[in-house]
Amino acid sequence: MSSSNPLRDPADRRLPRIAGPSGLVIFGVTGDLSRKKLMPAVYDLANRGLLPPGFSLVGFARREWAHEDFAQVVHDAVKEHARTPFREEVWQQLIQGMRFVQGTFDDDDAFERLRSTIEELDKAQGTGGNFAFYLSVPPKSFPVVIQQLKKHGLADQKGGSWRRAVIEKPFGHDLKSAEELNKVVHEVFAPDQVFRIDHYLGKETVQNILALRFANTMFEPIWNRSLVDHVQITMAEDIGIGGRAGYYDGIGAARDVIQNHLLQLLALTAMEEPASFDADALAAEKTKVLGAVKLPKDIGRDTVRAQYAAGWQGGTKVRGYLEEDGINASSKTDTYAAIKLEIDNRRWAGVPFYLRTGKRLGRRVTEIAVVFQRAPHSPFDTTATEELGSNAIVIRVQPDEGVTVRFGSKVPGTSMEIRDVSMDFAYGESFTESSPEAYERLILDVLLGDSNLFPRTEEVELSWKILDPIEEYWDENGKPAQYPAGTWGPVEADEMLERHGRSWRRP
Amino acid sequence: MKIDLTDTTASKINKALVQGRRAIGTPAVGMVLTLVIVTDEENAYDALKAASDASHEHPSRTLVVIKRVSRSPRDRTQSRLDAEVRVGADAGTGETVVLRLYGEVADHAQSVVLPLLLPDAPVVVWWPVNAPLDPAKDLLGALAQRRVTDTYASEQPVRDLATRSGTYTPGDTDLSWTRITPWRSMLAAALDQVTCEVRAVEVEGEEFNPSCELLAMWLADRLDVPVKRSLSGGPGLTAVRMDTDCGPIVLDRADGSLATLSIEGQPARGVALKRRDTAELIAEELRRLDPDDTYASALRYGVDRLKAPKGARGEPGDQGEPKSDGRARLALPAPRETAAKAPASQATAEAPVKQEPVKQAPVKPEPPQLEPVRKATTK
Repeated sequence: MSSSNPLRDPADRRLPRIAGPSGLVIFGVTGDLSRKKLMPAVYDLANRGLLPPGFSLVGFARREWAHEDFAQVVHDAVKEHARTPFREEVWQQLIQGMRFVQGTFDDDDAFERLRSTIEELDKAQGTGGNFAFYLSVPPKSFPVVIQQLKKHGLADQKGGSWRRAVIEKPFGHDLKSAEELNKVVHEVFAPDQVFRIDHYLGKETVQNILALRFANTMFEPIWNRSLVDHVQITMAEDIGIGGRAGYYDGIGAARDVIQNHLLQLLALTAMEEPASFDADALAAEKTKVLGAVKLPKDIGRDTVRAQYAAGWQGGTKVRGYLEEDGINASSKTDTYAAIKLEIDNRRWAGVPFYLRTGKRLGRRVTEIAVVFQRAPHSPFDTTATEELGSNAIVIRVQPDEGVTVRFGSKVPGTSMEIRDVSMDFAYGESFTESSPEAYERLILDVLLGDSNLFPRTEEVELSWKILDPIEEYWDENGKPAQYPAGTWGPVEADEMLERHGRSWRRP
Repeated sequence: MKIDLTDTTASKINKALVQGRRAIGTPAVGMVLTLVIVTDEENAYDALKAASDASHEHPSRTLVVIKRVSRSPRDRTQSRLDAEVRVGADAGTGETVVLRLYGEVADHAQSVVLPLLLPDAPVVVWWPVNAPLDPAKDLLGALAQRRVTDTYASEQPVRDLATRSGTYTPGDTDLSWTRITPWRSMLAAALDQVTCEVRAVEVEGEEFNPSCELLAMWLADRLDVPVKRSLSGGPGLTAVRMDTDCGPIVLDRADGSLATLSIEGQPARGVALKRRDTAELIAEELRRLDPDDTYASALRYGVDRLKAPKGARGEPGDQGEPKSDGRARLALPAPRETAAKAPASQATAEAPVKQEPVKQAPVKPEPPQLEPVRKATTK
C-alpha cells in the first residue's frame, strides 16, 4: 500500500485495511478445509469490502474441472458455509477472477499452466504479480509442491511484487522433521514470506488475551507467582478421530494439539509485555517464554496420556479408539494428553501450567483458567467458607467466547455463608454476534503481509523441543491409560493434580 | 416481555426494567452503550427496527423518545409520560424503552432520559429526522458522546451541511457520511494501485443527496484539487471521475449495487458497492465512538467551495449537467410530485422535490418498502 496515497489517513478509521492487488492460489482446493473454511472466508472478506478490486482465486487440484465447475463448487461452498449473507453483486465481483488449474503435484505441464494462468490474471485482473500459495495438502506433499513452485519460477518475486507461502499444521512431527520442513520451505520462500497458519491465533478471544492483559491495569499486577496458584489450559473435543485414522495414528493428541495450539496459548498467557504490537516484538516475547519452559523432572509422574475406550458420549454409544476403523489394536497413540510444565523466570517460577487435550471428552471446549491462591487468612470460620473454591479468571476461547471471573459471595440469609459465584463477560453479548472467522482474519493478514498472528520458525522449533522429550519417554515407557468416552479423561490425570492438592476444572 | 406504563416516571421505568430482567432470568447484562433515538411517531417504527438489528452487533439499551404533538391548548398544559418497556426477545439483544412525551414534559425530555442511561457506558443520540442544527447544544445532545444526524432526511441538505460545519463539535456525525464509507474505501484502494497525481475530480449523483457533497468535500480536502459536483438521476451516488496525470480513474455505479472501476492501462473491474440499509449504517456508526476528525475536516472544507453545476442547487427543474464522458444521459425531468411525504409537508419553491430517478442502466428492483425506510436506505 503506498504511503503517499493522499486518501489514506491513519486518523480515518472508518476506512478498512484493504489488501493491495493480489490473488490466492489454493492447492488441494477440493479438500474439506478449503470448502468449509477457505472459500467462505474469501467470500466473507469480499462481502465486507476488504478484498482489492480484481482479487483472483485460483484452484489447483486433480479433478477434471472447467473454470465454471470450480466456480460452481465455490458458489455452493459459500452459500452453505459463509458467515455473511450471500449477495449476487459480491459474487459477480469474485467470479471474474476465478480460475481452475487441473493437475497433480508432479505434473510439470500443470505448473506451467498455473504460471500462464497467473500471468493472464495479472493482465486481465490487475493482480500485479502478487500471489499467495495456500498449501492445503498432506504434509508429505509439501516438499514436492514447494519444489515445483521453485522449478517453474512461481516463487520468484519480480519488480516489487510478492509471492507468499501459507502452510498448515502439522509443521513436522518432531524437531528434526520440523527443521527439515523449514529448510525445504525457506530454500524457496524467504522466512518473512512464509505464513504458518495456527487458526487459534486468528480467533478474536485469543487476540483478546493480549488486550485483556496489556490494555488494562487490573489484571497485570496479579498475573504472577505471588498470587497465581496454577494455570490450566484445556482443549477438549467431543468427537473421535472419525475418518482421520491414517493421519492421526502415530501422531496423537500431544503432537496434534499441544505442540501448536496449547503452547501458543501458554506463550500468550505467560509472556511479558511486548515493546509494541508488531510482529517482531510479539515473536521476541513468545520465543523468550517458550525458551524458558521447563519440563517436569519426572516425566512419568507429571504427564499422562490415554486413549478413549468405548462408552456413551452425549447419549450416543461410541467405539473405543482401538476399535476404530484403520487403527491397529495394539496402537500406543494418545488421544488424551495432559502435561505439567513450569516456566523458569521471575514472574512464573514455581507456578505449574497444566496443559490437557483430548478427543471424546465431555464437550467441545477450549479455555485458559488462571487459578489464584486462597486468601492467606480468612476472618470467617471454616463452615462459612466451606463451599468457597479458589478465585479464577477463565478465558473461554471457544465456544461461547468470553471471560469469567470466579469469586466468593455471601449467600443471602441470616447466617454468614460464602459460596463461589461467577461474573461473566460474553463476547457475543457485548460485541458483534458473528465475529469474523479466524481464517478470514488470517487470509487478510497474509495478503497484507502482516505476520503478527503467525507462529515463526523459532517458535515451532522451540515447541518441538518441549514436546520431544515427553514423546520419547512415552515411546519407551508403559502404555496409554484408558478413559471411557464422554468423560473428562483418565483417573491418572486426576491423580496427577491431586498429588499437589489441586484438581482439574470441569470446563 | 413487554411492560406498559401509563402516566409514569423515570424511577418507575427503572423498576420495570429490573423486574423485566428478573422475570426472564437474566439479571446480568452486557450492554455496551445507551442509544437514544429522538423521533416522531411516524418514523419511530423504522428507526427502532434498524436499532434493534444493529443491537445484534452492539447490545445496547435503546431509549426511543417520541414527542407527541399537542393539538389543543388544554393538551399543552397537561403533561404526561407513557412508557413501554421491552426486554428479552422483544428487544433485540438489549433492552428497549419507548417513551411517549405529551405536553410540557416534551420540552424536558432530558430529565426523563438522564436517569435511564446505563452507568458508565457511552451515550449515543440519533435523530432519524428533524435533527437540531447544533446537535451539541441540544438538551438531549448534550448528554451524549456521539450525536448522529442525517442530512439526507432533511429539507435542505446542502444548507444544513453548511450550518453543521459552523456548529461542529467533536462527536457530531452524519449518516450521509457513513453511507459513503464503501466509496471512500474503494477510491483509496484505487489510488493504492497507481502512482499518479490527481488533477481534478468530478462527483456525480442525484440531487438533494448530501452524500455526494460530503464525498466531494472529502476528496477536495484530501487531494487539494478542484472538485466538481454534477447531477444525475441516481440512485444515490453514481460516479466519481478522477483526472490524473496518467489517465482517468473512474468508479461508476449506475445500478446502486455493482460498480465498475476503470483505471487507465488496467482492465476494468467490477466491484460490489451496494447501498446499505439503515441498520448497517447505525452499526458502523456505533463501532467507533471517538470524534471523527476526517468527517470534521471534510465538512469544514465548505460546501460552497465545490464547483456546483449550472443553476443554483435547490431549484426544482434544474436540468442537470451535460455529461462530460460523452454518454447520452437523459436530463432530469421537471418535478412531478410534491414532497407529500416529506417530514414537513409545506414544500416551498425552494424545497427539494422528490424526483423520479432517471435510469439508463438496468436497475435492481427495490423491494416494496414503507416510505420512511426507503428514505433512510437511499444513499
